[in-house]
Amino acid sequence: MNDSVQMVDVLIVGGGPAGLAAAIAAREAGIRNLVVIEREHNPGGILRQCIHNGFGLHRFKEELTGPEYAQRDIDRANELGIEIRTDTFVLSVEEDHTVTCMSAERGIEVIQAKSIVLAMGCRERPRGALGTPGSRCAGIYSAGTAQKYVNLMGYMPGKRVVILGSGDIGLIMARRMTLQGAKVLACVELMPFSSGLNRNIVQCLNDYNIPLYLSHTVIDIEGKERLTGVTVAKVDANRRPIPGTEIHFDCDTLLLSVGLIPENELTQGAGVKISPLTSGAEVDDTLQTSIPGIFACGNVLHVHDLVDNVSAESQKAGRAAAAYAKGELSACETVCVLDGKGVRGTVPQRIRKGAAEGVDLMFRPAGVVRNAACVVRCGDREIARKKAMIFTPGEMATVKLSADVVVSIDGDITVSIEGGE
Amino acid sequence: MNCLVNNNLCWDILIIGAGVSGCSIARELSRKKANILVLEKEEDVCCGTSKANSAIVHAGYDAKNGSLMAKLNVEGSRLMKELSKELDFHYEQNGSLVVMLSEEERPELIKLYENGVANGVEGLRIVEREELKAMEPNISDDAVAALYAPTGAIVCPFGLTIAMAENAAANGAEFQFDTRVNGVEKDEGGWKVLTDKGCFRAKVVINAAGVHADEIHNMVSDDTMTIVPRRGDYFLLDRTTGGFVKNTVFRLPSKFGKGVLVAPTVHGNTIVGPTAIDIEDKEGTETTQAGLDEVRAKSGLVVKNIPMRQAITSFAGLRAHEARHDFMIGEIAPGFVDCAAIESPGLSSAPAIAKMVAGIVEGILPLENDPDFAAERKGILDPKTLSREERTELIKNNPAYGTIVCRCETITEGEMLDAIRRKPGARSLDGVKRRTRGGMGRCQGGFCSPRVAELLAQEMGIPMTEVTKCGGESRLLVGNIREAMKEGC
Repeated sequence: MNDSVQMVDVLIVGGGPAGLAAAIAAREAGIRNLVVIEREHNPGGILRQCIHNGFGLHRFKEELTGPEYAQRDIDRANELGIEIRTDTFVLSVEEDHTVTCMSAERGIEVIQAKSIVLAMGCRERPRGALGTPGSRCAGIYSAGTAQKYVNLMGYMPGKRVVILGSGDIGLIMARRMTLQGAKVLACVELMPFSSGLNRNIVQCLNDYNIPLYLSHTVIDIEGKERLTGVTVAKVDANRRPIPGTEIHFDCDTLLLSVGLIPENELTQGAGVKISPLTSGAEVDDTLQTSIPGIFACGNVLHVHDLVDNVSAESQKAGRAAAAYAKGELSACETVCVLDGKGVRGTVPQRIRKGAAEGVDLMFRPAGVVRNAACVVRCGDREIARKKAMIFTPGEMATVKLSADVVVSIDGDITVSIEGGE
Repeated sequence: MNCLVNNNLCWDILIIGAGVSGCSIARELSRKKANILVLEKEEDVCCGTSKANSAIVHAGYDAKNGSLMAKLNVEGSRLMKELSKELDFHYEQNGSLVVMLSEEERPELIKLYENGVANGVEGLRIVEREELKAMEPNISDDAVAALYAPTGAIVCPFGLTIAMAENAAANGAEFQFDTRVNGVEKDEGGWKVLTDKGCFRAKVVINAAGVHADEIHNMVSDDTMTIVPRRGDYFLLDRTTGGFVKNTVFRLPSKFGKGVLVAPTVHGNTIVGPTAIDIEDKEGTETTQAGLDEVRAKSGLVVKNIPMRQAITSFAGLRAHEARHDFMIGEIAPGFVDCAAIESPGLSSAPAIAKMVAGIVEGILPLENDPDFAAERKGILDPKTLSREERTELIKNNPAYGTIVCRCETITEGEMLDAIRRKPGARSLDGVKRRTRGGMGRCQGGFCSPRVAELLAQEMGIPMTEVTKCGGESRLLVGNIREAMKEGC
């Protein structure tokens, strides 16, 4: 059986923006024997269906569409001769770095990798997870599914649309469906604030006069075969519908944009420790998971707002995976990164003592706070502070720790939001 | 699908309804030399009560001793295991527990035990707290004792119904879908069944119309029947909750009302429910906030810390309840057989119901055995059950088995094509889902449904815009983007 096992230095699961950036970084760090496994027919991941622009402002200092952004990485990967096995599905990743994949072309393959980068991305939270009552008729789609129908397949899922949730894909689809001739009646958000980027609220809802109902939710879904309408109501502080506030919309389509979930089935199968806060792996400052030699980056680690940040994080993971494969990344003692007041799910969860590089601490604010500061403390000692006019769960916050600061860390550190209103 | 209307043709047996009862009866009668037609108003088999229930095989202690329900439940439960091998559907004898939460309920528990023994249920015994805790570590701390039925089981209700239908079809039974019965009239030598697709003649008609069986019954009988749709709301939890309970766990009905059950499914999910709410609308399978809240509230009574956050879907099904609370099976007019009021434990009883109805039909219409009858049916091949070598060989011969379409349940294109090409095959997203589990996982079809729609369009030779979720007007798409632009809204 051993003859059929292929040996590689670095194996990357996923050929989206995270996987491509990791692969390029690993190759540039001198790894020649590496492979990217991609389940779709083309690399590029979800960017392929994001035909709107606004990608790459940070990384490339220009506004690209999703496919254009992806193509830059695909071109670079091709230039470097990186092997991307498309139409190939990873069935399992084991703790001992054995990866089993399947494709129509080659059947079942077993690959043994020195190091592995997990870059599988995320999936949309479905209606079932919300427990919204009503009919289970046709006409209810997650926003990303609708985006695929419209942008990749050329079909319209409906003409009169209500959007539940104000995640970025939902906002983007509000504009897209409108431009395509549909009437978007409302965007309904359970929380008192949007979970999407402010620029998307402005450019996708306000510019098209689509009303955003904050602190509202869908309480009933009607229609025997195809959707015929939804009932929306205002919710109280405990997010329970308030009787008497019902608004009815006649519509044939309900799009859901109610959260993204890192897709960590393979990660869990390998036995990697998962954070209940991010639903992604727990990692150290090199993006290494609880299993030595297995790294995670991009939306499978924690859901990002901007692909630019996915790429930056994944380059770091790719370099670390290369170092591990070359035997240059040894185990060392770590300190914990703890969530303090107003902070949820900081990544990384651990920092190596004596790490020589700067570290970006990224987290979601637990609520909306204005004119506040994010403060990082090591014991009683303040080691970093970043002020902001607003912290909101809709926008990921980042605090940079410089290499000098990181070297000085001698115990657990805590990230909190202080002051503000 | 071709319409089977032919005024010169007289069917030997016409079955109204392709749920688990209708399909099981069709399969049982397909042992005989007879031409059999099953009419179904929906686009597929297993679209009503049979598709939305607790997915369990009751041991048979519950139904009142002496009732038809008790007799057929125990018989059905006994037949199910062998049948699951013969017809290749998922079945597992996991046992069931009826839990009491206070000592004062003990007389009721003993009564239930005695009723079960009288019904002929094997292996029943009462287990006390310590043993119960060992059997089910997540049982409520308030649990005092439970009635344990080792013959209680779980089953895939789609798997069972579809297996019955496919085997019936393989042995010559015909199925016609999207056909609604509007009337039944006496005819020379039998009956005329009037539908929206024309008139069908048959020597014997069997009414297996589920929640609509009263309407069909009342077309031929003055002794009217009323079926009340009794809605049950459920939650289905992700497979990550697999093993949370091993047995099917019930709450002993008490003065505090009837509880909800918590059970594993044959596919490793956890099911929680149902409510019991009598409604008027016979298609009223919409869940309500009150119903779902009730399931949440009651679920914690017998099993603690149920991970309800892992819910991947909620749904509701309708039981065909009749006031007498017993199955109504018999010849109500010459050549017209009722198989009505098949509420819970109807799924458990289906194999026995089929034998009973077949017996009645043979009393009306002498039928010869069909020497060509083939009792065995193979289900859709699950490549996950193969060794690596076998799987590679399979993919080499049929590359469709190497392409994953549903990533959550890892279902291949090969399985989906098989589901669509079978007879009766899948004709909608839900049809593919019931046969393969594709789209039934944690993303609920978000990723795979566009590809499944393409496969359906390709296999059925229809445009994408004609593909439906579940037949009728349940189309997924309203047009291509150019047409939509032109038409506006």
